[in-house]
Amino acid sequence: VGVLPPEVEEVLNAALVAELTVVDERGRPVTHPLIPLYDGERILMTSSVLFSRKLERIKANPRVSVSVTDPVSAAGLERFRRVTIQGDATVVDDDLHAGWERTALPLWRVKEPAIDFFLGKRVALPLFFERAVIEVVPRRVFVWEDARTDRAPRMVALAGADR
Amino acid sequence: VKAAPQSQTRPVTLTELNERFEHAVVVSVGAGGYPMSVATGFRADEERGVIELDPFQPAAPDGEVAVVFSHIRPQPGQGYDERRYVQFWGTLAGAGREAGPGATLTFTPTSSQGWDEEDVPFFEFSERGVPQALAYMDRLSQETGRPVRPKLSRGWLFLRATRLPFLSATVVPVGLGIAIAGKDGAFSWWLALLTLIGACAVQLGLNVANDVFDTMSGADAANVTPTQFSGGSRVVHYGLMRMRSLALLGIGFYAVAIAVGLYLAFDRGFWPLFGLGVAGVLISVFYTAPPLRLVHRGLGEICVAVGFGPLMVLGAYYVQAQRFTGEALFASIPVGILIALVLYMNEVPDRAGDAAAGKRTLPVRLGRDAVIAGYAAAAAVAYGLVAVGAVTGLLVRPALVALATIPLARRVVAGLRANYDSPYTLMGHMATNIKLHAFTGLLLIAAYAVATVAGHLWHPPPVFLR
Repeated sequence: VGVLPPEVEEVLNAALVAELTVVDERGRPVTHPLIPLYDGERILMTSSVLFSRKLERIKANPRVSVSVTDPVSAAGLERFRRVTIQGDATVVDDDLHAGWERTALPLWRVKEPAIDFFLGKRVALPLFFERAVIEVVPRRVFVWEDARTDRAPRMVALAGADR
Repeated sequence: VKAAPQSQTRPVTLTELNERFEHAVVVSVGAGGYPMSVATGFRADEERGVIELDPFQPAAPDGEVAVVFSHIRPQPGQGYDERRYVQFWGTLAGAGREAGPGATLTFTPTSSQGWDEEDVPFFEFSERGVPQALAYMDRLSQETGRPVRPKLSRGWLFLRATRLPFLSATVVPVGLGIAIAGKDGAFSWWLALLTLIGACAVQLGLNVANDVFDTMSGADAANVTPTQFSGGSRVVHYGLMRMRSLALLGIGFYAVAIAVGLYLAFDRGFWPLFGLGVAGVLISVFYTAPPLRLVHRGLGEICVAVGFGPLMVLGAYYVQAQRFTGEALFASIPVGILIALVLYMNEVPDRAGDAAAGKRTLPVRLGRDAVIAGYAAAAAVAYGLVAVGAVTGLLVRPALVALATIPLARRVVAGLRANYDSPYTLMGHMATNIKLHAFTGLLLIAAYAVATVAGHLWHPPPVFLR
């Protein structure tokens, strides 16, 4: 059993894209569409060093949110819910070349099987496949049933959330 | 709405939002310091320069917020495509109001950033991130006290640094020289192998030297649209290899080339082969090296045509036959033209980067129509020479079979015309252009092999086989 409510896990596992929002040095939110992966405890996302500004920002301020808002990206779900998860992120970049292959790739290829084809062409895209893993520990979850954000979301506070 | 520099090549108009995105996500930073994202419906109003948002809960604070639009198209079993997103920053008004029917919030954007793969293809988007990647790894090196650099396995790195797959440029003319000598009754496997090794070493040395100088001149950094066929190996630019190692690799190839060349020269005839070898090395060095930098003067095509045409065909012929013939020289010209056309077309997507680095190649100097007309004219001359040669007996008659690649040449011209400004869709046509040279050359070699066999079977052979 994972740390997140099952209906939230279901959305995370189905979604091909989520919005990761980090806070920049001026306090502004900056959002990046990324493929969300979930290992039962943490949300994992990976970022190439080519697009590493978000990694610097997370290192300076680990408070992030991950939202799944697009029903199209989670096609196949019987009942789509919109979710936003606030959490604390850590950047794991001690082995940019192969670290993500051990932790994130098995989950990634489930959602995007074509990734193995691209990884086979690593020689053509060497920097794209030097990647850090962003690990998000969820603190607070908001769920909008039936994707209706005109109604107040259900909020679930998890371990470590300020109440 | 201003686009943030570098992150977006074309500002998005508000009207486009209505057509290209299905919902908006309002993003703010709450009191606890965590960002909050809530999706909602929207209508962008270009005239007023605002985006009307449907009410949502929890309400965002009045004032500075961001609004994000994101779209993908899932491809079941593959992943997804049609990636695009845009984020606006601005101010939100009316957020505190009661969410009654018809009530809307007004967002006034002031800046934006985003990416649409239809405007900026994924490869270019990635290439624009290279400075960010290098800066990140530099900082990580400083923080951890150990060098953090991108990696590739030795085999792949060698393949990439040397651009090994492009050896067909050498194999074709060397094979043709050997095949013509074979028809003239002179053939040794051992000499053929040595010639091939020496000639390949020259080309690999040239590829590497070209990269060394392109990296030093800044041409690699200025080019954000490299392709599989153009833009160099970029191994130093990407931090995969040190400049010193790359330079040593190039010197190593030239050393092999010189050793093999000297052996062949002493064994087969010093002055003719020494002369050809020195000419080849000089052309390949001064192709990019200062002070001549022939490729910077629009003379790259002629260098390549001479080096990978007459020099290689005549050299390979001489090693076997210990003399020169007009036939080998004549046969080398169409091959030289076709390999020059490979360089010429590969310079098309590189032209912006080349121009920025002061590399005045023909596609930098000429306009689109002139470049395409130039290609068609040069290809026509190459085929004309083959046809005239085969009919008059300057070449063997079976050489006519090389005209079978004319449809490929027509496809390349059509591809150039349709994709001149699009490096990534041009890529497939660049591959066809390389095949054009390889197939035409291989057909010429096959023609000589057929004529040689016919010469052994019949005395004299039928007229159409000699």
